[in-house]
Amino acid sequence: MSGLPPVTADTFPRLLAHHAKVRGARPAMREKDLGIWQTFTWRQVADEVRAIACGLAAQGLKRGDHIAIIGANRPWVYWTIAAAQSIGAIPVGLYQDAIASELVYVFQNAEITHAVVEDQEQVDKVLEIKEQAGLIAHIYYDDPRGLRHYSQPELTAFEKLRAIGREYDAANPGFFDAEVAKGKSSDAASMFYTSGTTGHPKGVVHTYAALIDRARVGCEMEGLSDAEEVLAYLPPAWIGQNIFSYAQALVAGFCVNCPEAAGTVTSDMREIGPTYYFAPPRVYENLLTSVTIRMEDASRIKRGLFKYFMGVAERVGGRLLDGQAVGLPDRLMYWLGDLTTYGPLRNVLGMSRVRVAYTAGEAIGPDLFRFYRSLGINLKQLYGSTETAVFVCVQPDGQVSAETVGPPVAGVELKIADNGELLIKSPGLLREYYKNPAATAEVLTNDGWYHSGDAGIIDAHGHLRIIDRAKDVGRLANGAMFAPKYIENKLKFFPFIKEAVALGDRRDMVSAFINIEMEAVGNWAEKRGITYSGYVDLGSQPAVRDLIRECVEKVNADLAREEKLADSQIRRFIILHKELDADDGELTRTSKVRRGFIGEKYGPLVEAIYGGRDEQFIETQVKFEDGRVGKVSATLRIMDAKTFPAARKAA
Amino acid sequence: MRQRNIGDVILDVRNISLAFGGVKALQSISFDVREHEVRAIIGPNGAGKSSMLNCINGVYHPQEGEIVYKGEVRRDMDTHHAAESGIARTFQNLALFKGMSVLDNIMTGRNLKMKTGILAQALHFGPARAEELREREFCEHVIDFLEIQPYRKTPVGRLPYGLQKRVDLGRALAAQPQVLLLDEPMAGMNVEEKQDMCRFVLDINDEFGTTIVLIEHDMGVVMDISDRVVVLDYGKKIGDGTPDEVRNDPEVIRAYLGAGH
Repeated sequence: MSGLPPVTADTFPRLLAHHAKVRGARPAMREKDLGIWQTFTWRQVADEVRAIACGLAAQGLKRGDHIAIIGANRPWVYWTIAAAQSIGAIPVGLYQDAIASELVYVFQNAEITHAVVEDQEQVDKVLEIKEQAGLIAHIYYDDPRGLRHYSQPELTAFEKLRAIGREYDAANPGFFDAEVAKGKSSDAASMFYTSGTTGHPKGVVHTYAALIDRARVGCEMEGLSDAEEVLAYLPPAWIGQNIFSYAQALVAGFCVNCPEAAGTVTSDMREIGPTYYFAPPRVYENLLTSVTIRMEDASRIKRGLFKYFMGVAERVGGRLLDGQAVGLPDRLMYWLGDLTTYGPLRNVLGMSRVRVAYTAGEAIGPDLFRFYRSLGINLKQLYGSTETAVFVCVQPDGQVSAETVGPPVAGVELKIADNGELLIKSPGLLREYYKNPAATAEVLTNDGWYHSGDAGIIDAHGHLRIIDRAKDVGRLANGAMFAPKYIENKLKFFPFIKEAVALGDRRDMVSAFINIEMEAVGNWAEKRGITYSGYVDLGSQPAVRDLIRECVEKVNADLAREEKLADSQIRRFIILHKELDADDGELTRTSKVRRGFIGEKYGPLVEAIYGGRDEQFIETQVKFEDGRVGKVSATLRIMDAKTFPAARKAA
Repeated sequence: MRQRNIGDVILDVRNISLAFGGVKALQSISFDVREHEVRAIIGPNGAGKSSMLNCINGVYHPQEGEIVYKGEVRRDMDTHHAAESGIARTFQNLALFKGMSVLDNIMTGRNLKMKTGILAQALHFGPARAEELREREFCEHVIDFLEIQPYRKTPVGRLPYGLQKRVDLGRALAAQPQVLLLDEPMAGMNVEEKQDMCRFVLDINDEFGTTIVLIEHDMGVVMDISDRVVVLDYGKKIGDGTPDEVRNDPEVIRAYLGAGH
């Protein structure tokens, strides 16, 4: 593609220099500040990065050092990443909500001496672990609020760092360019810590070559140009965010927009109108939930219009998007629907201009998937992980389905191992886990295959289908296959169920813990005049239990139809008294359930289920956001669900 | 740890007495407030706390006593003078314009700073326009400070109570007060909202050096954030001092916590 930079720009700092030269006056980033979008051109960004890089060098950050970056999506986060890379240091993004003890390990492991953080909260956290983490010598903060009286010698305002950098640059004029010239594409570019469902997080080291290659393949496949707009709203510490809002922006030269605050993402998205969008299924689901709730409160005419035209869309929209033949009357009706319903709805969702929307990370509900596609939003699935620099499989336009994640993208080879595990060869594979050769050897074998840990199937069309984590696929006592995540996902496709945990490995039957979705169930209850005081109370209402039971039984009916999974029907379930939370260790930071941990923590409930009891008292420890610890207790009812006979194979 | 930089007495209340007919709301109350400090007024229901605040910003006019504000001795205050000389307040029962947006509510707090005439403002013309842009920018800083960006354009009446309290505080802050009177800023809030509010109060005190006089029921909050505490009971002052002194004062314990404690 003509628009992409030459391959000689093989590190991010060089890509930045390239864009500053060829499209210096075009917007590179926008940030909403004091209610107004502020634009930074590529030239300005290059200038800022230069100042920060020189500042960091003047403060003693050296080639090969790691630098921690903790912050929300603000331009300075991305500038600091580029600045560190300019002088050969390796940026390590960390999640803002990581608790102090999680930081200690990373700071020690990566031998972090410099940290750039957002505000007082993060400064406090880093200062708290200073003794344990040992090496930290410089902490830079962006927002000075509340830090006026801090006198720790480690602290420097980010503003000051830039001023130091400008001075240093003036005194050593050739320094920055020489440093950028020293970078090689085989150098480590960034390190990403994986949340890890067990043990310590692992630092995934990626080279410039890997990240840039994958970013480029993605850009080429979707034809991304410098005209794209993206909204940076997911944690910058996550590799996906880095790929979509940093690597790809630097490859294609498009504009990255930073929302004003976490709470304004929806309205900021409406204002920006991104053309390229990524969201995990959860976000699409929340958006749909809010649309549904608002439609229920809308006037009768609007409700009728919505219902009618969504029916049309379901029939026609997906086919139109896939370029299939559609009759004239249907086309006309869809056009009318677009005028009255889909267009305004896309506008409300901030997706009017979306050309490519991705989802990944979890399975997406078929209804949910179809909803967005029928509106004319080109939602597609992709498959990848931190270790593969995201792009492994992507659904090409016109070959989209809810069940698969598409064929491998350019450069990728797939193989299914005998135990069902998916093996990958790709230029985007990790170089290593940092200082952890044992773990590296485990996933990256000598023959060049990366062991993904996912259990997958490649179908007749060459599309990949992910079932579960390979290690999580268990067996029931009678030897039947038990794929917990598959079952959990089916449950979570119901709007009333927020989270589910399926149990059953080496047991004689499958059971489940369920978290209700407060908003949807609350609304449902209100409509029926059911009063409740809070989460626990709502979950223990008999009507709500019946509602959830219906959902479970629908899943059972579904499972009964699938050849190998009929035995996995859920016999018993419990609606939990608290929401599963990453702070309590029940979810990972990326919101995946930690099944083993939950099984232990809620041991009495598990025993009660398999012991045939009808109810069970449980007391659970909860951690509040400020670090205090409290307890919640409840007596929970164990519900039985109807199961269905396995469908006979069609003769 | 917070470093404090407490100055001289900015507000001195001397022998204030206030009666509504036969009800003696305040009986010869004296206390002072130093610049940059957080001063709490506590006491059981009906102790006269809100009456005290109302005297300070001129809503009530005490029958006896005087108020010395920034060295100027006054028999009583009047509301306009109080506002103009840098005293702003929030209200126990919220007095926001429910149908107006968060931004507009906060802009009203800026009203005293606007100098152009009503006609020019209505026509949004010339200097009035420039002025509005300038004041809007200030209000945006307040919105940023209180972290209410997502609700900028939401009508206040649609916001939950805890957020309305924050908007109320925002409107008071928009006036750039030297002395901020807070009437039960945390009443009716849950633990998390209270923590947020405490943080905002301390941040205001730290960042802008605003002197804060607050009435509060939550003893934990009062003891944590105030520098000095006045205790009222049935219109009389029964204690005055640092949180530790007040906490251990036997009379305060009897009046406030009841005889059983």
